[in-house]
Amino acid sequence: MSQNFAFLDEHSKKEIRRKTLKAIAVPGYQVPFASRELPIARGWGTGGLQLTLSLIGREDILKVIDQGSDESVNAVNIRNLVQNTTGVAETIHTSEATLIQSRHRIPEVPLKPFQILVLQVPQPEPLRAVESSERKTKMLHGDKEYSGAFIKLFEQIMKFGHITDDADYPVMVNDRYVMAPSPIPRFDNPKMNYNEGLILLGAGREKKIHAVPPYTKVESLAFEDYPFEVEDFDDKVCRESGLSGVYMDELQDEKTGETYYVTNDTSYMLEKLNEEAVQHAGK
Amino acid sequence: MPANDDVVLSIRDLSKQFGRGCEYCSDENYELQKNMCPHCHTVYAVRNTSFDLYKGEILGIVGESGSGKSTLMKMLYFDQDATSGNYNLPEDLTVKGNVFNVSSQKKRQIRNEQLGMVYQNPILGLKMDFSSVTNIAEKLIASGNRNVGEMTDRADHFLEKVNIALNRKYEAPKNFSGGMQQRVQIAKALSNYPPILLLDEVTTGLDLSVQADVLELIKEIQRDMGVSMIVVSHDLAIIRMLCDRTMVMLDGEVIEHGITDQILEDPQHKYTQQLVYSIL
Repeated sequence: MSQNFAFLDEHSKKEIRRKTLKAIAVPGYQVPFASRELPIARGWGTGGLQLTLSLIGREDILKVIDQGSDESVNAVNIRNLVQNTTGVAETIHTSEATLIQSRHRIPEVPLKPFQILVLQVPQPEPLRAVESSERKTKMLHGDKEYSGAFIKLFEQIMKFGHITDDADYPVMVNDRYVMAPSPIPRFDNPKMNYNEGLILLGAGREKKIHAVPPYTKVESLAFEDYPFEVEDFDDKVCRESGLSGVYMDELQDEKTGETYYVTNDTSYMLEKLNEEAVQHAGK
Repeated sequence: MPANDDVVLSIRDLSKQFGRGCEYCSDENYELQKNMCPHCHTVYAVRNTSFDLYKGEILGIVGESGSGKSTLMKMLYFDQDATSGNYNLPEDLTVKGNVFNVSSQKKRQIRNEQLGMVYQNPILGLKMDFSSVTNIAEKLIASGNRNVGEMTDRADHFLEKVNIALNRKYEAPKNFSGGMQQRVQIAKALSNYPPILLLDEVTTGLDLSVQADVLELIKEIQRDMGVSMIVVSHDLAIIRMLCDRTMVMLDGEVIEHGITDQILEDPQHKYTQQLVYSIL
């Protein structure tokens, strides 16, 4: 049986592209869309996958990562599905890819103007923790009433003395909409601010698309006396590559019980190791 | 009665109907069955109500269940849209004319800065899973405050004022008694120093000693802060204790209004007479 290019039928792709255009036109605004059935379960990246499938063309070069890794089961399966139904080229190098689908990370290599980053989003509504009604959250967004997003952070300060949201930290986009940036670590939030590429966020289960267009102001929410801070890896060094200043995974050595750190973005780490090896060979 | 330039809230011909109405009930002189049209079953919850609230006074609204008191309060706090009418806040210089006609964003601003509301049911006014201090900060954040230290100081001040021990400020209101929840609501409503406070059946469901505490607190706040208040109750004893002036509502309409003592000593309307004699 023949399969349509990029799995989805053309009408579905057109509808998703139309909603994507609307999301780009209104940065940070959640655009509802008719989320399609896919051969993976909702909650496993169907929002991101639908965006990827509707946008991909034969000339595109695809990269899929899951929590910084190109080799995880989720990333491999999504990449295989897209590759099998499109035949497009794939890469692990961020700078070569034209379309990057990611779960929970923005790559360490800054995006370029020709690139699109698609993020998988489990919960697109930043006010959901304080307001369960979709009707009411829509009204709150309409009125730019975001005290709900702030009281969640305020409560954390009251309980723990600091803000404890380490991922999916809410951001104000273009001074208008508060957006849930998907569960990327706080470390990645500043990368969205005035970045050169297009960032699209798709929530398949919640049927929403939102976007951060290139060169858009993205500001993490904070208080005057509790400013926004990223995770601090300044004094940490990657055990595998010797890199520092990047987002790292904290691991424990099974034999010694010692805590060590490894660069989370595996392709970035490989590139740096290769560069180092080439330099070393040249000497 | 105070001078006209002391008016802080003015309502003219305020109406709220549930239903579209028909050729019969759209005539003001048509006799409804209680407050419902027998032809189209449209309910006239509030009908052509007008009143003023003066600076520093407590205005009582009394009436039986279903008389339109709470609907009136919901409209004053923008929880519910009015069908028609004029609502003016002469002291708020940022709004000219009828505040029912301003944008929903502006209405939120008025709610946050000009009004405080204490609901009969604390679930409506508080986030039960968040700490008391965060509940109070919510109103401050909504009006633009972004300084945690300043907000916690303000919350502490008002929690002390309503006699909530500060060592319990990190507890969620769901762990509090009904009286304490009402006191947290009052602290939250006052946290922005609003000129007008709306209290909807605040003592209903509380036992008598707690009722007395809450009422004493309301009187003290009015005395110390000079806040103008509208107090809704079906209990004439509360109205007698708190209010300077009183309006009596029946089937969505104000049937009698005046100085509280005058209403209680010399009721004119048959329903008010029944109401007054029932407590004697």
